[in-house]
Amino acid sequence: MTRTGFILANLWRRKTRTVLTLLSVVTAFLLFGLLQAVNVLFSAGADFVGATRLVTQARVSFTTSLPMRLLPEIEAVPGVQEVMWQQWFGAVWQENTQLIFFAADPARLRRVYPEYVMPDQQWKAFEETRTGMIVGRNLANQYGWRIGDKVPIASNIFPQKDGSKAWIFDLVGIYDGKDEEWQRNTNVGWINHAYFDEANQFGSGFAGTFTLKLSDPDQAQQIAQAIDARFENSPDETKTQTEKDFNLGFFKQIGDIGLIVRWILFAVFFTLLLVVGNTIAQSVRERIPELAILKTLGFSDRSVLGLVLAEAAAICVIGGLLGLAIATVIGITIGSSGNFPLAVDERVWITGLISILVLSLAVGLLPALRARRLSIVDALAGR
Amino acid sequence: MSEAMVRVSDVHKTYVRGKQKVEVLHGLTLAIPRGDFVALMGPSGSGKTTLLNLIGGLDRPTSGEIRVDGERIDQLAGGALAKWRARNVGFVFQFYNLMPVLSAERNVELPLLLTGLSAAQRRKSVAVALEVVGLTDRARHKPRELSGGQEQRVAIARALVSDPTILICDEPTGDLDRRTADEILGLLQLLNRDHGKTIVMVTHDPKAAEFARRTLHLEKGQLLEQAAA
Repeated sequence: MTRTGFILANLWRRKTRTVLTLLSVVTAFLLFGLLQAVNVLFSAGADFVGATRLVTQARVSFTTSLPMRLLPEIEAVPGVQEVMWQQWFGAVWQENTQLIFFAADPARLRRVYPEYVMPDQQWKAFEETRTGMIVGRNLANQYGWRIGDKVPIASNIFPQKDGSKAWIFDLVGIYDGKDEEWQRNTNVGWINHAYFDEANQFGSGFAGTFTLKLSDPDQAQQIAQAIDARFENSPDETKTQTEKDFNLGFFKQIGDIGLIVRWILFAVFFTLLLVVGNTIAQSVRERIPELAILKTLGFSDRSVLGLVLAEAAAICVIGGLLGLAIATVIGITIGSSGNFPLAVDERVWITGLISILVLSLAVGLLPALRARRLSIVDALAGR
Repeated sequence: MSEAMVRVSDVHKTYVRGKQKVEVLHGLTLAIPRGDFVALMGPSGSGKTTLLNLIGGLDRPTSGEIRVDGERIDQLAGGALAKWRARNVGFVFQFYNLMPVLSAERNVELPLLLTGLSAAQRRKSVAVALEVVGLTDRARHKPRELSGGQEQRVAIARALVSDPTILICDEPTGDLDRRTADEILGLLQLLNRDHGKTIVMVTHDPKAAEFARRTLHLEKGQLLEQAAA
């Protein structure tokens, strides 16, 4: 027998209680893993895009379009290397599955987003096919689309000139990401803006936003200010920000995900603290005479403190690791489905491991200190 | 048996219970020779268990001096006293105080976790201790699967396994029937006689005291007499 064996034997003293406590820890860390992954996705979901691009939107809201006539003026701002425009298409697949689709100029898209990796001939086909569309690998895999397919996509915003909201596009290319992070985000589809601009009922000459590639990312702030200053007090005032900030703003339409997640996790861990803390405290209370015997046999105060802390840690570590492992598997499953690039990655694990450590101390320290302070004589006398 | 294994000199022990101070031992002086088997008797509250706890290093005197095998244990700090107990004292209690989650052999092995012995050496020591108390065939049983007498044998094996210099027994037969009690007392007698263990035993039972070499009577925290058993 080792001390570890002794600790595990004590944990299994009341199997039902230990299993239920473990389950609560597993559930909490499963939730933690998934929510933290969502948090990472939403709050840092734009980290991977880097800071080489700016997005110019209408100052009022990004849902308000900007006229295309702003393009040459934006292009003329020093430091702007390339400008593309894009329009949110409001794509719907089949019954009611929303997809992320934008209308853009293919050549400019390719130059502004070199992170999209696709064979030259597919880029060429996208440029030359008015009804063409390209999609990311994840999206193509999810719906089993292949190059050459005619894909019916509805728009819940833009009807065609004949009033029909059903559009049909030719899939001419499937792009990959330049690295793992970009690959995870290959869940966006692009259609040819020229065709969209001409065929939609709401008129032409408008862009949802402009995306600017900069020659010097360090100049981003000055360039953003210069663009917004140029259109100040005009009918089309702009708001220019980094692509990351734009994406964050977009996500915050849903709500402050980070804050929501933090509050949910706070509630979960506070409850967990009470549940596990009570279990450990109860377990120590029940074993006062046994702990006194350990001291009688020569276990030092520090050893007894260590044993109780180790029991608390064992519950938190076993449950926490299991929960995080299950969350990882679920994350991989959801992520591989393509639409929602959820990943319980090393950032989530590191936060999770720190939480396990903190939880172990929080639930174990008070009962362990009680065990440490235990007077042998009083405990054996039942006082 | 001339050399004193335990020397208690002018020991006072006062407990503070709330606002009350209770002096349990009043300047008690006592010498127990090496290899002795002493029964401590006396009415409830006379200080028997307190004296036993002091000799076993479970508690400290308010004043006075306690030496066991030449070592001033009243001056040892908490950690050092715990180490001293692990090396020198074996304890046997009225209610056995075994760990219910561990088998008999694991219970006996418990004190050896504090030593540097290898797993193989520990297994050997456990086997010997269980052999001495006649419980080899019950080694894998949990305490709840054993009778009271068997549990007390396991407790004695646990007390013996680290080869202590002194055995402290607090009412070791108080929870057992006469026949089983006599068996346990016979076992203690054997450990004293054949293995040279110094034993200090608290008991209320005069028949149990008969197994000791001598009996000491305490009353109101003072030693009344020393009589040869």
